[in-house]
Amino acid sequence: MLEKALHGSRRYWTLIGFLSAVALVGVVAYLKQLSTGLVITGLSRDVPWGMYIAQFTFLVGVAASAVMVVLPYYLHDFKAFGRLAILGEFLAIGAVTMCMLFIFVDMGQPTRVLNVILHPTLNSLMFWDMMVLSGYLVINVLVAYVTFTSENKGVHPPSWIKPIIILSIPWAVSIHTVTAFLYSGLGARPFWLTAILAPRFLASAFASGPSLLIIFCLVLRKYTKFDAGEEAIRKLSEIVTYAMAANIFFVLVELFTALYSGIPEHKHHFQYLFFGLHGHNALVPYMWTSQFLAVTSLVLLLIPKIRTNFKYLFAICVGVIAAIWIEKGLGMVVTGFIPSPLGKVTEYGPTLLEGLITLGIYAGGFLIITLLYKIAVSVREELEA
Amino acid sequence: MDGSRRAFLKTAGCAILGAGLAAPIARTVGGAVSADATPGELKAGRWAIVVDVRKCLQRENCRACIDACHVAHNVPLIKNPAHEIKWIWKEPFKDTFEAEAHPHLDKGLAGQHVLVLCNHCDNPPCVRVCPTKATWKRADGIVMMDQHRCIGCRYCIAGCPYGSRSFNWQDPRPFITTGIKPEYPTRMKGVVEKCTFCTERLLKGLAPACVEVCNKVAGPGTMTFGDIRDPGSDVVRMLKTGFSIRRKPGLGTEPQIFYLV
Amino acid sequence: MYDTGKIMTGLAAVLVMLTLPFWYSAATGKAVEKHDPVLPKTEKKCVESRQYMRDSHMDLLNRWRDAVVREDRHTYVSQDGTRYEMSLTNTCMKCHVERAQFCDKCHTYMGESPFCWDCHLDRKGVL
Repeated sequence: MLEKALHGSRRYWTLIGFLSAVALVGVVAYLKQLSTGLVITGLSRDVPWGMYIAQFTFLVGVAASAVMVVLPYYLHDFKAFGRLAILGEFLAIGAVTMCMLFIFVDMGQPTRVLNVILHPTLNSLMFWDMMVLSGYLVINVLVAYVTFTSENKGVHPPSWIKPIIILSIPWAVSIHTVTAFLYSGLGARPFWLTAILAPRFLASAFASGPSLLIIFCLVLRKYTKFDAGEEAIRKLSEIVTYAMAANIFFVLVELFTALYSGIPEHKHHFQYLFFGLHGHNALVPYMWTSQFLAVTSLVLLLIPKIRTNFKYLFAICVGVIAAIWIEKGLGMVVTGFIPSPLGKVTEYGPTLLEGLITLGIYAGGFLIITLLYKIAVSVREELEA
Repeated sequence: MDGSRRAFLKTAGCAILGAGLAAPIARTVGGAVSADATPGELKAGRWAIVVDVRKCLQRENCRACIDACHVAHNVPLIKNPAHEIKWIWKEPFKDTFEAEAHPHLDKGLAGQHVLVLCNHCDNPPCVRVCPTKATWKRADGIVMMDQHRCIGCRYCIAGCPYGSRSFNWQDPRPFITTGIKPEYPTRMKGVVEKCTFCTERLLKGLAPACVEVCNKVAGPGTMTFGDIRDPGSDVVRMLKTGFSIRRKPGLGTEPQIFYLV
Repeated sequence: MYDTGKIMTGLAAVLVMLTLPFWYSAATGKAVEKHDPVLPKTEKKCVESRQYMRDSHMDLLNRWRDAVVREDRHTYVSQDGTRYEMSLTNTCMKCHVERAQFCDKCHTYMGESPFCWDCHLDRKGVL
């Protein structure tokens, strides 16, 4: 089965070559960071987490969103998602791998990563996050492997896999909840100290993940014989609509509480994010872009004529992903540290090396997804031939 | 053919795993670690420090405690504030005690700088979040750090409401300009460090370096170190001499650095 | 067996790669010589027997490290009942004054680079 990834068109190999090259550049950049230390990043005493941890947070959402395909298909027997389920699981595998790599490159002493398992610390959310993430990876690899090989052989998947598939549903919710708890349990950082962080994370995840899946489906439809089916893509776009509406609502709820109560230590972070604080406003243009994209995409999604037109839908999905990426992958983490507990405003911007490492990990993750999708597509083409 | 190859790979994998697990189990045992206390060590139920801000402020540019601490512990002097390492330092009063500051505060206090260091909290959030037990609270209340264990995730820095923890963004040795003291280890890149209440000095029966030098330079009682559980201790006696405050008491961390104002 | 030629070529290539160090020293005649560590002249006896120290000094140091840093225990009682302060710099390096003359000799030969020296110093304060 795996050998399907070794035979492909010129276009396929160009993509593989490109992703490998970018990943390789990332590896070289990481070697520099490994020998010099995290001093090569834009991180600082006041802002100790940045690009890497933010990408991790964003991608946990993408990984968790596989549940939006798995749940309707396996729990409600929604047949239209039959071909999509495997794409969702493969996407989750790629996304979780990227999450783990982002955590790894963020560590000051990466060779000691196993200390988390050698000295398990139940009171640390970081420990639980590592557990649920590795568990989610194992579950998805297992489920994808078993269901895919069965389909390939034209038989029903064995019955023992069903409980594991069901388990993957709450497990997906748990990975993003635990990731939100990493932040929302810290009294030191009022920006994250909000009960709605986990629901907000889930809402934004269920908007961005399925959007990415729609994009992949549309690309596969155009360049391969793999068609997820119009009904499936339509259903996905409805999921994105609901999730995006919930996400925007949650953001507004958050803004109201912080701004109307006027408590300085809550208010200051939002002030920094949307208007700038003490003359520091690096994130302001990005945040307004994000809000504009979020609202525009929601309005467009709400209009059936536009949502059902796949050309428009493609662009809207790009908008949704961009809006949420800025919100989660840029604003959410850094702003928790600005201002610092001592009232200092230290801004953060990633360095070139940090950017290259980030791109390298994304390339690596997309390489995994490409290889897996290639296998899925080839098998499907063979079955239909 | 296919089945037997798979079976062979499975068996081989298990054999390698077994051999790997057997090695640490078969390790030899040497002598024993003695349970005896070190003679002459300073012991307490709960260590605490009282800073008499009134006396400290009289010496505006005094850095005696900071220098004594940083030299004794090989703390590097890094000019770039983004990568600084600090165990004890001064911060403006209005930022340290945000809740106490207001526009009509005595000018003498508002513009002044007060001493800050690790609060050795009774309920330390850094300990709660650390995923490897690289930081923990000792029986005598000192929040300790094991730099051998630290993986450099910086979760403790995110969790500390006082900014008391520093991360080694790079190898600190080139920045130790005062001459490295071989009797105290330096740190390596990629780990977190902070004040330890001078556990290495307590072992020899000495008070923390900052307290010792402060009382020499600024007069006795400017900084007081002692057992807050002992009703007859110096810290308890000092707290009776005036009104004392702590940093961010509302967070429930129970800081053990008290400021007499 | 399918692809006998390919498999055999692959196996041969792996075999050559694995044994490369031997071919290299045979060809150049430049085998790395074993460097004997210089033992202190003042002391005849280490904390534990020579054999134990050879085999398990790293385990001993790990136990010392955890006891001192994590448990606030500072005295070690060796198998012959002698008491020692558990300290790399103050006990080990009191006799083995120079790291370069002792520790590094074997570590370099073995290609080991323990991270002790990233933080700890020998008595001369040599980095």
